[in-house]
Amino acid sequence: MTMERSIFVDPSRCIGCGACVAACRECDSHRGKSMMNLDFVDRGTSTAALPTVCMHCADPVAPCAQVCPVDAILQTDDGVVHSPDVSRCIGCTNCVHACPWGVPKFDVVEQLAYKCNLCYDRTSVGLGPMCATVCPSDALYYGTAAEVEAQRPNRKVIDVFGFGEQAVQTGNWMVVPADAPDLLPVITA
Amino acid sequence: MSRRRFTMPTPPGVDDFHAHGAASTGDWETDRADERWVPTHCSFCGVQCGMYLRVAGGEVIGVEPRMDTPNRGKLCPKGVAAYQQIEHPDRLTHPLVRDGGHLRRATWDEALDRVVAGIRRIQHESGRDALATYGGASMTTEKTYLLGKFARLGLGTRHTDYNGRMCMVSAGAANMSAFGIDRTANPISDVAETDVALVIGANVPETFPIFIRHFWTLIDRGGTLICVDPRETTLARIAQLHLSVRPGTDAALLNAMLHVIVEEGLVDQAFVDAHTVGFDEAAAAVADSTPGRASQICGVPTDDIVTAARLYGRADKAMVNHARGLEHQIMGTRNAQAAINLCLATGNLGRPGAGYGTITGQGNGQGGREHGQKCDQLPGQRKFDDPGAIEHVAAVWGVDPDEIPERGVPIFAQLDLMEAGAIRGVLNFCSNPIVSWPDQARTHKILEGLDLYVVSDLFLSESALLADVVLPSAAWAESEGVIANSDARVFKINKAVDPPGEARTDIEILCELARRLDRGHLFDYDGPRAVFDELRRASRGGRADYYGITYERLDAPDGIAWPCPDEDHPGTPRLFEDLRFGFPDGRARFNAVAYEPPAEEPDDDYPYRLTTGRDVAHYLSGNQTRRLGYLTDQSPAPWAEVHPDTASALDIADGDAVRLTTRRGTTVLTARVVGTIRPDTVFVPYHWAPPIAANQLTISRFDPTSGIPNYKACAVKVERSAEPAIPVPPPPVPTEGSHA
Repeated sequence: MTMERSIFVDPSRCIGCGACVAACRECDSHRGKSMMNLDFVDRGTSTAALPTVCMHCADPVAPCAQVCPVDAILQTDDGVVHSPDVSRCIGCTNCVHACPWGVPKFDVVEQLAYKCNLCYDRTSVGLGPMCATVCPSDALYYGTAAEVEAQRPNRKVIDVFGFGEQAVQTGNWMVVPADAPDLLPVITA
Repeated sequence: MSRRRFTMPTPPGVDDFHAHGAASTGDWETDRADERWVPTHCSFCGVQCGMYLRVAGGEVIGVEPRMDTPNRGKLCPKGVAAYQQIEHPDRLTHPLVRDGGHLRRATWDEALDRVVAGIRRIQHESGRDALATYGGASMTTEKTYLLGKFARLGLGTRHTDYNGRMCMVSAGAANMSAFGIDRTANPISDVAETDVALVIGANVPETFPIFIRHFWTLIDRGGTLICVDPRETTLARIAQLHLSVRPGTDAALLNAMLHVIVEEGLVDQAFVDAHTVGFDEAAAAVADSTPGRASQICGVPTDDIVTAARLYGRADKAMVNHARGLEHQIMGTRNAQAAINLCLATGNLGRPGAGYGTITGQGNGQGGREHGQKCDQLPGQRKFDDPGAIEHVAAVWGVDPDEIPERGVPIFAQLDLMEAGAIRGVLNFCSNPIVSWPDQARTHKILEGLDLYVVSDLFLSESALLADVVLPSAAWAESEGVIANSDARVFKINKAVDPPGEARTDIEILCELARRLDRGHLFDYDGPRAVFDELRRASRGGRADYYGITYERLDAPDGIAWPCPDEDHPGTPRLFEDLRFGFPDGRARFNAVAYEPPAEEPDDDYPYRLTTGRDVAHYLSGNQTRRLGYLTDQSPAPWAEVHPDTASALDIADGDAVRLTTRRGTTVLTARVVGTIRPDTVFVPYHWAPPIAANQLTISRFDPTSGIPNYKACAVKVERSAEPAIPVPPPPVPTEGSHA
């Protein structure tokens, strides 16, 4: 399953402003909760920052969904991996631990897990997701690989990441230097 | 749009206005089918991003990105959170008056009677000029225009000034002296088209985040970015050349660049000969400003200065952009003039991608200084030394020219008059000087010593706590009007909802005060549109000519850049395309600049250089943003940014409490130990109130030309503190009787 348009994450452009974190909270499908993660890589030496969104893993399909004992996390035909259905979620946190990106968040008060659903209320009707719509520097960009590669010289887009010996192909993409490997090792074996 | 219904529990632990009971605390739902989306622009910085406010049930419930305006949907965290001010429980909803040392609830009649009685008493005893108005540039242009008119005709005082005195006045004075007009020459989008962009003293990613995309376009196109900043900002991080300049020494750097450009024959002599005056004097003034000497003063490598000058001087198209880092100095105006000298010497003006840009801080920092609340100007950027200007404005106002008082003095010169008892009363609309003026102890003493201090604001600011009368005013989304953004592009702010409780718009407040002062016939408006139509006429023929701009034309999402002299005129996004400048001979002026050290240099007692600035999550004095849960989550407290070498010498670790002390005051903040700042420099963001206000530390010294405070360089002592960092005081709220 390939998404027609998806999010492209380009950490080199991130200014760490937090607009994505704020805007995520405005999405009507999880109003008040931000599913974004924003980290300063090493603030002691650099202002570099890194936004992390749900990558909507395609192959193997959604580890978070695979480990859910009650099938609360579903994937639609368009490749979007949805947030746990609150009527099914039992708060076991399997998804939180299974995600290779550390995306699902566990609400300890509600005893429920939440994750990015690519602003399904917006993207399913043709709007961009909140985070990438507001991002001032296009560190998060919603569009196609062709658009990104045309706009950004000396960069390429990748959607396969190595976690030890396991390769994961994702629905969202990262923008990396042109000489980076096609299969980017996130965790080396 | 199909009917969609979402139900979500109130998010637990979300510290924002929902949690404070302003919205339902049970299940709450939005139903977009019942929503109105009101097109408008942000309440915060000079970018003025377009946005929709989501309105349902008479309340503003959210924000929706707006793709048709120049920001193309993009927003910073402040823009996302801006809507949360509107229904905020801290809002002022009724007047307050001081009674026995406390502020208590009052009716509008009682509050306004108190104001008018005070005005009459002071003016009877001490004359008309014993009163002053002080306005903010977050107000719409209609409000700022009316406040200037109210000072001059309602009160009859010469003393009106505004908080752009802490923002744009150095850039404005330099623009006036070099180009004869005060606005940015080129739109910021020209950065995307240039070959070399020199950015000096502008933390674009934190203060104007949406402009960062133009810098990325420049880089993606293969252009060159040179960034001058004592900190490695996220803009400096992506620059090909970062000059980590010592705060307060920018003119030495810029003069050295001009020196290299002259010495190496990079001057565009044809442009200089045809379009400028004063090159020889400016060149002579930098004859001794060698890169080697600048390197000593600025603390950056000689080779980097030479490289920067060559990159800039050899470019076919080059831009210079600067902001408060360059301008908040006793050298502020001269620094900006030194930057303009580079543009003039290399012929970089009036072309796409070739020019000069002053980046405006406040939302209406441009429009708020054009139409008369600034002490030295009348509407349309007209000057007092032009008798025709006074006659024109008097005719529009329907008064005799003699009725318009002479020009006043800048706010920081007024402070001396307040200390001397010559100015006894101040009407402050939309500003929070306790946080924003330098040398907070002095500010507090002055405001407390006034016989009449009136504040109109939407929240109870730290300054309003000292007021005799507090008037609750409407927020930006509760009335309509125009603003001019950093590009001098005029946009329309639209009304989304009515003001809460008894709050009124500043226009209503000023008109009612004028009526009670028997000046109502000069302030007879049925709303912002009537004020704007008068403003258009008052500005007609002036430098900032708005005559051709109408509310209807401003439905265009791109707005209209002034000057716009008639209704068929498309506006003027880029100045000087005809290479005619705003002087009778049409030529631009070089200004010879001699470097002068900062107001206070480090010494044995205060060995480091303190520079203050901003955080992306907060706006100005924080009276708005320190109340918005998301923004305070992101940035809860000020900090002291210290280099690891300095920290190690002082035995300070990241996260330690540090005491900062200057000759003005002291505070204890948390240390942030980062290699992204000069070792001789300490940075503190200024948005917070005493006892953790950066302006407890800053110095009461001002640029002699522009009157801007010297925020960016004073001497500070840094010590590891045995006591913990001082807790953040909660923003004041109107709890009856609880205020001293």
